[in-house]
Amino acid sequence: MASIWRYILAGLGLAALLVGIVAVVYLTLPHSASGPDLSRSKKTANGLFVASFEPERGVIRQGELQSWLLTLKTAAGAPVEGAAITVSGGMPQHNHGLPTSPQATDYLGEGRYRIDGVKFTMSGWWQLHFGISAAAGSDSVVFNIVL
Amino acid sequence: MSVACLVALAALALLGGCGEPQFSDAEKKTIASLALNTLPSLKPDTTNQYADVPAAAALGSTLFFDAGMSRGGTVSCSTCHKIDRQFQDDLPQAVGVGRTNRRTMPLAGVARNPWFFWDGRRDSLWAQALTPLENPLEQAGNRAAFAHYIKKRFGERYERIFGRLPDLSTAPANASPLGSDAEKAAWNAMPASQQDDINRVYANIGKAIAAFERSIEPEQTRFDRFAIDLATGAKPEGDAALSPEEILGLKLFIGKANCVTCHNGPRFTDGAFHNTGVPPVDGLPPDRGRVDAVAQVQADPFNCLGKFRDGDESACRELRFMVKDGPQIMRAYKTPSLRGAADRPPYMHAGQFSTLDEVVAHYSKAPPSVEGVSEVHPLDLSDRERAALVAFLKTLSD
Ligand code: HEC
Ligand code: HEC
Repeated sequence: MASIWRYILAGLGLAALLVGIVAVVYLTLPHSASGPDLSRSKKTANGLFVASFEPERGVIRQGELQSWLLTLKTAAGAPVEGAAITVSGGMPQHNHGLPTSPQATDYLGEGRYRIDGVKFTMSGWWQLHFGISAAAGSDSVVFNIVL
Repeated sequence: MSVACLVALAALALLGGCGEPQFSDAEKKTIASLALNTLPSLKPDTTNQYADVPAAAALGSTLFFDAGMSRGGTVSCSTCHKIDRQFQDDLPQAVGVGRTNRRTMPLAGVARNPWFFWDGRRDSLWAQALTPLENPLEQAGNRAAFAHYIKKRFGERYERIFGRLPDLSTAPANASPLGSDAEKAAWNAMPASQQDDINRVYANIGKAIAAFERSIEPEQTRFDRFAIDLATGAKPEGDAALSPEEILGLKLFIGKANCVTCHNGPRFTDGAFHNTGVPPVDGLPPDRGRVDAVAQVQADPFNCLGKFRDGDESACRELRFMVKDGPQIMRAYKTPSLRGAADRPPYMHAGQFSTLDEVVAHYSKAPPSVEGVSEVHPLDLSDRERAALVAFLKTLSD
């Protein structure tokens, strides 16, 4: 009797040890440091504006037409009004464009622009490029979205 | 019992062994997203106020199966969309009054599409239904004749749903803006108000048929039973247990072979348009897919932005934000659902491939497109991998 329990205990101990080793290896491995920059707020390419991009309803739903908000501030933090915005993008790894053509449809005040008609039809890495022209000049920004 | 044996057991348990299929968490998530139980309930169609009216669906069903809805009285929707054949006809190109240039599409889950036809040249189920009715190769009718026919055969049923039929006593027997020269002339001679009356009856025919089509939904298959068991941690029993070959195929489908990038969600389609390098068929007229459909859906008087839509314009965002140009829509076709595909060869928009083996061989080789750029890249699958993909696709049929 006692000897069976010893074996079971030993087995459990070894299993725990294995779990430990796997966990250590996993935690110390470098974590896909090469993935795209996923920040939702950043300086535009030439530093003219600070742009933030968020889904209007908070969540991204694959396969659904959604509206997003692009918020534009000057480097000094003032809202950017009256900007002309162009939208393009696609999936860099599949070399295809967007399945829809989103547009800036409304200005909501305080530098916020509604970008409607955004749809992500598959999981993976998407990019949205914005061309922005305003009183301060023209600049562009790219947001990466991974589903 | 030795310590070594226990260690081996512990290691096996860690690997999720004990003979059960092994899937990573990411794979499990993808598999769960393909199962039919994740299909959301059908959204209302605000552009068709009769979409969920039972009497409209009943009239629509009558019209769907009625060969009287054609010139000559020989062709109905069900001539090509056969109820016992997944609402398709097993032919490479459909045959109605004449031979068409495309393959009949099966209809399970059709009401969930944002776009209709292989190239998406219609933007609602009810606008779609009006196209074959007047296509000279399909039902070859004309809208004035359909209005008279409805009044004569189904007047009472129609009026109970849609209200009073217009006075058609002065309307020509045959007239349509799309018909023969004589029909066009007759149409153009009609006062605008009468054209409008007939267009209204015609749109309602589409809305009734669409109401019926909303009930055509995909059915659970072996794959779904397997996926549900996997998600709930139950051991798949009986036919829900997939064979090692089917599991290899599933892993390829959601992994190395990338099929799931386009064939995703519980219907195995992203509802979007892609050029996959499927070759054209010799002898058929040029077919450039989506690129030529854009202008057609924009010009359709029954599209979402037209005056026959019910509800408000907020329902028209697909049309408003559609991709109108660019190289990616050249020879792009709508990703078809793969549910039931194994039981209904041939495949592709003009029946280009007669077996699933040929389909998978196409993806493995990924030839360049004759026009535009194919989005698929060579996979160089082994014989075993190709067979496994086919075996997996069959689990979506039984
Ligand atoms: C002559 C055969 C034929 C007849 C008759 C016919 N269809 Fe079709 N149907 C087809 C073909 C072929 C396609 C694809 C055509 C294309 O892409 O150009 C199609 C496509 C469709 C689609 C689009 C499905 C999708 O997923 O996009 C629907 C819906 C449909 N038909 C419904 C109908 C209805 C309703 C009728 C009767 C009013 C009808 N069809 C009559 C052959 C036919
Ligand atoms: C880039 C998107 C894309 C990818 C990736 C893709 N498909 Fe497709 N698939 C399509 C499109 C679009 C069609 C229709 C093409 C046509 O008719 O010209 C199609 C058609 C099919 C059909 C025929 C269905 C029918 O009813 O005609 C099958 C089967 C199929 N694909 C299986 C697969 C498998 C297996 C893979 C992975 C090896 C795969 N697909 C990868 C987009 C894709």
